[in-house]
Parts: sequence; structure tokens; C-alpha cells
Amino acid sequence: MSVVMPAATEPTATAGKVARRGYWKRLPLKAKVGAAILAFFILVAIIGPSIAPFNPSYQNPSLNASLEGPNAVHLLGTTQSGQDVFSQLLSGIRLTMVLALIVGAAASFLSVVVGVTAAFLGGLWDEVLSLFTNVVLVLPSLPLLVVFLGYLPQSGQTPTIVVLSALSWPWGARVIRAQTLAIRNRDFVAASRETGERSWRVVMFDIVPNEISLIAANFVNTVLYAIGASVALAFIGVADLNSWSLGTMLYWAQSQDALHLGAWWWFVPPGLAVALMGTGLGLLNFGIDELGNPRLRDASTARRFGLRWRPGEPTPVATGPRAGRRLPDRAPAAMRSAAPMPPAVEEGAR
Amino acid sequence: MRYIARRLFFYAVAAFVALTVNFFIPRAIPGNAVEAIMSKYPNLQPGAEKALEAMLGVGHPGSIWHQYWQYLGDVVHFNFGTDLIQFPAKVSTILAAALPWTIVLVGVSTVIAFFLGTALGILAGWRNGGWSDNSLAPLMFLQSLPYFFLALVLIDVFAIKLGWLPAGQGFDGSVTTPGWSLSFISNAAQHAILPALTIVVTNVAGWMLTMRNVMITTVSEDYVLAAQAKGLANRRVVITYAARNAILPQLSGFANALGFVVSGAIVMEIVFAYPGIGQWLINAVSSNDYPLMQAIFLVITFAVLLANLLVDLVYIAVDPRARTRSTR
Repeated sequence: MSVVMPAATEPTATAGKVARRGYWKRLPLKAKVGAAILAFFILVAIIGPSIAPFNPSYQNPSLNASLEGPNAVHLLGTTQSGQDVFSQLLSGIRLTMVLALIVGAAASFLSVVVGVTAAFLGGLWDEVLSLFTNVVLVLPSLPLLVVFLGYLPQSGQTPTIVVLSALSWPWGARVIRAQTLAIRNRDFVAASRETGERSWRVVMFDIVPNEISLIAANFVNTVLYAIGASVALAFIGVADLNSWSLGTMLYWAQSQDALHLGAWWWFVPPGLAVALMGTGLGLLNFGIDELGNPRLRDASTARRFGLRWRPGEPTPVATGPRAGRRLPDRAPAAMRSAAPMPPAVEEGAR
Repeated sequence: MRYIARRLFFYAVAAFVALTVNFFIPRAIPGNAVEAIMSKYPNLQPGAEKALEAMLGVGHPGSIWHQYWQYLGDVVHFNFGTDLIQFPAKVSTILAAALPWTIVLVGVSTVIAFFLGTALGILAGWRNGGWSDNSLAPLMFLQSLPYFFLALVLIDVFAIKLGWLPAGQGFDGSVTTPGWSLSFISNAAQHAILPALTIVVTNVAGWMLTMRNVMITTVSEDYVLAAQAKGLANRRVVITYAARNAILPQLSGFANALGFVVSGAIVMEIVFAYPGIGQWLINAVSSNDYPLMQAIFLVITFAVLLANLLVDLVYIAVDPRARTRSTR
């Protein structure tokens, strides 16, 4: 439990950055909703286990305490062995969250290292690292995870964290490599090199800071993935089943036949929690995307921001009241001239 | 041709990596793996030790490279050794029985989800604003549902509460026997509705969201405006000008998505007690049936690689640039 605090404060730090004045205001509603959902779950992860009414593993010996529906004592009912579902949920959210955040941080780090190295060194290094990245990306991860974890002893969360981190970096590495390729030849990097800066300084102070938003988006994505994967793995039973995570809750519910006993309160809360966490992260990511690519903004956001004149853009064309109906109206010049996004060119384009 | 050759080379490397990983993982366990496993499971059948030794190459003469070479030969001949739990049974027999269930289920529902999601994404991207924006959050929610959780809910509602559809299994053994008979196929199809629905519902959102985003970007390109200015019918502009270009990233995202779908589907199979390969994988893991576990990993990986290769060929057919690049 000692690892809990530093990891759990991490997203709060990001949230704090987002909350910088102006930036927050410009954030699309979607992203705000997503951030709010996440903040709620982070709060639960931090204080949850301390306000839990019961020990999640405590089995109430009395017979009428088993498989109770939601009531005043057990807010979300009890399991077949008389354990309090609400307390399990609170502990489960913490463990799942912490696990996903650690995996997110570790995998993001790997993504940056591989992506930047490939693009910065170029040549053969790039060929080899890109090939490796694409290979790991195309292999179906869950069977691979299962095979790895099947051989490891299931005690503690370390095997899950290590194997998940080791398999979830390639997507980010690809994105970051592409971005580094674009930045590498910019003037400020060239200037930095001309003045005799060492390579690692160029990378650390010129390239990586310019990719922070990309890295953040990638972090959010990886956390999302880690939640799904860790829950699925625990559901199969390849996890430490003595600990309470959302996945192990679902594992016990399934293996003790909650479905056929009609105990919906046993499996619906953890499943909903996973889905809500995913929704929050997804919305946040979508919002971040929109900040970077104004054309993705929906009609209402676009109306608020699309017409604001910014230096370097042609005079905006006012949209009529029927904006959003027909094409030329819907895509005012100001929006069309926004940084064109090149079509995603895949393998072999080089 | 050069493009195809490049892709073939890539998949060959990926397959090689999968094979090698599969070979070395069990050998990386410290100590005597056979004894460790045998002592962990004293109730394993007597022949199991032999099967394990054969798989791990214990007592085999020759270096590890020799074993590796032999292993590659075995894989080429679909010889995955003997199963530990169903002892005398060959792993390849079990695979042959389970594979069609998963391929048909996952294949059909992935294709449905892809086309449905892409079509919805085209619509949502074309008519950006209004309903399509309001549906973003619910879609995000659907997409975040773990497959197996949605499966639980669907069973609870449609099979247990309403009793419309069967709650699990691939077919009803008391009504029909497997074969090419009409009664079996309709029975199996009935059992496949809920599993397929699970895959489609959780996947449609993903395809739709990515298609919408690319579509929005594409729709504001000049050539789409030009097509409209020429007075072409809206339908033609949407499909041949905007959607055809917007669909390319969708296709290249297939590699990533497919692995994800397959992963979700194999977990979902336990909930439905579906007789496919996922069910066997999970059984193999929980009973430490290593030969079966590894064979399933290989089969799933190869299926995914093959599907990706097919998508690449479609990509060439749809994107003229891929063709011209190769004639360069």
C-alpha cells in the first residue's frame, strides 16, 4: 500500500495543469466531463478504502447475510459468502486505478525512449526499432499476456504490471516517432546542435518538451488500455486472486455463479465502474484531440471558437443560421485553413 | 508488388517473433520445469510427464538450437504435441474442433461491426453536429464496457429474465447433433446471437468514432468542395470522394483493432461457455495445460496475422497510392 500515494497523485498533477486559467476554459465540454469523472474515481481511489464500512474480505458468518440485495447496512448487497460488495468496490477501484497508472507511466516512458531513439538516430536503428514496434503491435496482446503470466507465480501485482507495461508501449512509440521525425529538422533543434549541445540535451530539452501533449494523450490511452487488460486478466484468473481489484471481483462473481443466482448487485457495480472509468478517460482524450485539431470540434464548440480571429489565419467567414446543414457553410475558411492533418501514411511510405 | 513484398516480409518477421517467444518462454522458467509442474499437480495423469518432457525438450539429445529447429518443423506440420489434461488426445485435434466456432463467430461479428460502424461514422462525420455529437458520450461508454461484462448483462436480460435466447454453449446437444444439417446450423446460429451482439455493440463505437474523426477532416478538403461545386450528387460526393479517402486510416487501424477484438472475444467465450478457442485457452491456463496454452497462442496469433495480410491486400485495392508506390 506504500506505493499508493505517489501514483495516485499523478493524475491530480495533470488535472492541475489542465486547470490553469484559460486552458480549462478552452477545454471542450467533453474533456471537462471526462476530467470530472476521473477526478471522482481518483478521489474514491484515495479515500475509498478508509471509508469502507467493512473489510472487503470479511465473511459474515450468519446465513441471512449471504447474497443479500442492496440494503441500509450493505449498500450494494453482499456476496454469496457474506462479503460486503460496496467495500470490495472501494478497494477494487483503488487497486485497479493504481495498477493502471503505474502501467501507464512505465509504458509511456518506454514509448518515449523507443520512439525518440528511433527517430533521432535514424538509419538502421530506425528500421530495426520500427520493425520491432510494429511486430509487438500486431501480435494479439491478451493471449501473449496469458501465456507469459501463466508461467509466472501469481503473487502480488508485480507480474501483471511488468508484463502489461512491456506489451503496451508500441502504439505510443509509433506516434512519438512520427512526431520526433517532424520536430527533428526544425530550426530550433538545428540551432541547438550547431551551438554544440550534446545529443541527450537536445532530446531532453528541445524534443521531449515539445511532445508533452502527445505524451499526455498517450498516457491517458495507455491507462485506458491497462484498465481493460488488467480487468480482463483478473477475470480469467491470471492475477493475484487474494487481492481486491475490479477484475477479481468480477472473477469471483462469475466463478460463484452470481448470474444464475440473480445477484446482479454483485457483478454490475464493478463492471459499471470499469466502463465509467473508461468513459472518463476516453472523453478526456477526445477533448485533448480536439484542442489539437480544431476541425474535430463539434458544431457547438466550433461556433464558440471557430470564428475567433487568430493571427496568421485569413478573415473568418461568418456562418449563417443554418450552419451545419451544408458543406461550404459548415467548414468556414478559418477552420479549413487550420493545420492540415496529413492522412495517416503507413508502412512503406518512406 | 514491392509493397506486398514488404508486407509479407513484415508478417514473416512477426510470425517468427511469435514462434520464438513461444519456444523460449517455457524454457526460461528456472529449475526443472517438469518436476515443478508435476509436483504442483499431483493428480495429473501418468502420461502427462512424458508429454511435458517432450514439449520442454527434457531428456532430448542435442543443443537448444537443435530443439528449436525441431520445434519449427513440428509447428509447420501442425504437430503441437500431446495434451496434458485430456492426456492421450492430440492438441491439434482439440484445436481443430474448437477453431471453427471462434473463427465464424469473431469473423462474422467483426465484419458486421466494421461495416456498421464505418457507415455510421460516415454519416456522423458528414452531418457533424446535432445527434452525432450528442451520441459521443454514450458511445464512449459502450466502447468502454468490458466484453465479458456486457456478456453478463445480456445473458441476465435476454436469457434469464426474458428467456428469449439460450444463455450459453454453442448448440443444444439434446436437440441436435453437430453436422451440416439445417437444424444444427439454425440452433448454432441462435446460440451465437448474444455472443455476436456483444462483439458488435462494443466494437461499433470504436469504428464509428475513428471514421467520424477522419471523415470530418476529409470533408473539409478542397477536392470535396470541388466535387460539390461540380454539382455532383451528394451521395456520390460522400461515398466516392470523402469516404473512400477517409476509410484508409480505418483499414490500417485494423491491425491494432483485430488483436483487441480477438482478445475480448476469447474472454467473452467463458461467460457464454462457448465451445471456441478462448474457452480452451482459459481452461488450459487454469489447469496449467501448457502445450495446449502455447498452441492456442500460436494459432490465434497466426489467425490475426493472416487477417491483417488480407486487410493489407484490400488496402492496395482501395488506395491507388499503395499501387503506384510499388511500381516506383
